[in-house]
Amino acid sequence: MASDRRPNLNPIILLTPAMVSVAFLLVVPVAFVVVYSFWLRTSVGGEQPGFYLDNWVEVLTDSFYRDILFSTLRIAGITTILCALLGYPAAFFVANTRFRNKALLLLLLMLPFWISYIIRTMSWINILGVSGAFNYLLEALSLTDEPLQMLYNEVTVILGLLHFLLPFMILNIYVSLDGMDRDLVPAARSLGTTPWQAFLEVTLPLSMPGLAAGGLLCFVLGSGTYITPLVLGGPTDAMFANLIYEAIITQLNWPLGSALSIVLLLILGSVVLLYNRYLGLNQLYKSFS
Amino acid sequence: MQNKGWIALKSYTVLVYLFMFAPVTVVVLLSFNSSQFGGFPIEGLSLRWFEALWNNAAIVRAFQTSLLLGSLTALISTAMGILASLALVRYDFPGKSFLNTLLIAPVLVPEVVLAVALLLFLRWLSLPKNFLMLLMGHVIFTLPFVILVVQARLVAIKRVYEEAALSLGANKVQAFMQVTLPLLMPAVAAGMLFAFTVSFDDITGTLFWKPAGVETVPTQIFSMLRNSISPEINALGTVMILVTVALPLLGAGLARRLSRTPSN
Repeated sequence: MASDRRPNLNPIILLTPAMVSVAFLLVVPVAFVVVYSFWLRTSVGGEQPGFYLDNWVEVLTDSFYRDILFSTLRIAGITTILCALLGYPAAFFVANTRFRNKALLLLLLMLPFWISYIIRTMSWINILGVSGAFNYLLEALSLTDEPLQMLYNEVTVILGLLHFLLPFMILNIYVSLDGMDRDLVPAARSLGTTPWQAFLEVTLPLSMPGLAAGGLLCFVLGSGTYITPLVLGGPTDAMFANLIYEAIITQLNWPLGSALSIVLLLILGSVVLLYNRYLGLNQLYKSFS
Repeated sequence: MQNKGWIALKSYTVLVYLFMFAPVTVVVLLSFNSSQFGGFPIEGLSLRWFEALWNNAAIVRAFQTSLLLGSLTALISTAMGILASLALVRYDFPGKSFLNTLLIAPVLVPEVVLAVALLLFLRWLSLPKNFLMLLMGHVIFTLPFVILVVQARLVAIKRVYEEAALSLGANKVQAFMQVTLPLLMPAVAAGMLFAFTVSFDDITGTLFWKPAGVETVPTQIFSMLRNSISPEINALGTVMILVTVALPLLGAGLARRLSRTPSN
């Protein structure tokens, strides 16, 4: 019986390594970012501790930051919608196909997850670049005299993000479609609905949690990226995370970088909290089981 | 009518797959191009760019760094993840769901913010950037993936097996090592592979955390891209695809085989 008293201690020991890591590598550091955002950068490049609102005033009133914030949210929003439009039919097809090698189709859906993000991003240069596949094709078909400059604009940034995020959307939708009761659609059909009505009134609402989970991931990951605009965007296509990177790595302006980081964290954090409030984070876990 | 719709859906899906795989296929294709320049037309097939990789000291070093970093990350975060998952699945205690969310938090916080936070903390401690810091950053970032994968499997392993072992005189550690862990192996393997590939692929945090002069494969590719795309980058990309796709596939196949054959 003695062993029955001890288990109360056990979970604490088991959790200690992970909790200590999260505390010291995430919670405390993020608290420091909040504190630093109120410090001042001195003219010699150091920091003046204290409680100054200068960084916050700059970040919140300068239209430069506001414009980039809005364009970041717009780019992430457009990408999320495109992911849904491209991902839903594909997930629906794989979930409902009677094709013998369904496992293979599923595997192919998962594969892009494993292919390096930087490789997938730069691969678009091979497609759209001056000596890329597309220009080569156009030239071979004698449609153009000289190569088109298609890269380094907002469209290519969205394209790169779409390519990066689509698997997240497809997988989440697939998981919720796959978990659906198979008899519901035939039941709706037998009650006289058209296939389209059955889809709109049964399948679509039931797959909403997957669509929302995929949407959340796409939006949050898309808003936080700075690699895609660096590789595929032009000089004016910076996103919000690029500002943070610039402030911290290039200008070594830690207080400003901190304030910018907190802005991003607050905005994306509230999106996650809202999602959690209405839909629950556990939907996100489903794609892992 | 329905048939026509289905064919349309099928074609659309094929296009989506094409969209996903065409750019990657082109990378692989161009890495075998014997041409000097990183683009079309394809002049001939050759392995010269792979040879160039092999002879490029910076790239070989980046590979060694990435492999070491990925392996250590996988080991540490899987060990932590298994312990934490055991606590979260097998025990009830106050604040459990809060702790669970906290452990998943590193993937919910935008990676760039996580990167800034960790770097700032290190600076406040007046510590220089070093490999350990890079490793810790990767561990904290991969931990949620491991916890999600291991928890999902642990929930499915019935507690009665452990109770049987306990009633037969095993202590808790023995019961875990000889009963639970073998049953958990597929998830452990999957979690490790997951952590390894996430670490191997990471660039967002790595660019912030890496000490000067240290490059991982993704940051190496990134700095090479500053000039222009070259056949060498495509070859490196092909090798990366091999490491992060072929390896997990092999691992998954192995894990499946392991879970089929009964232990002992």
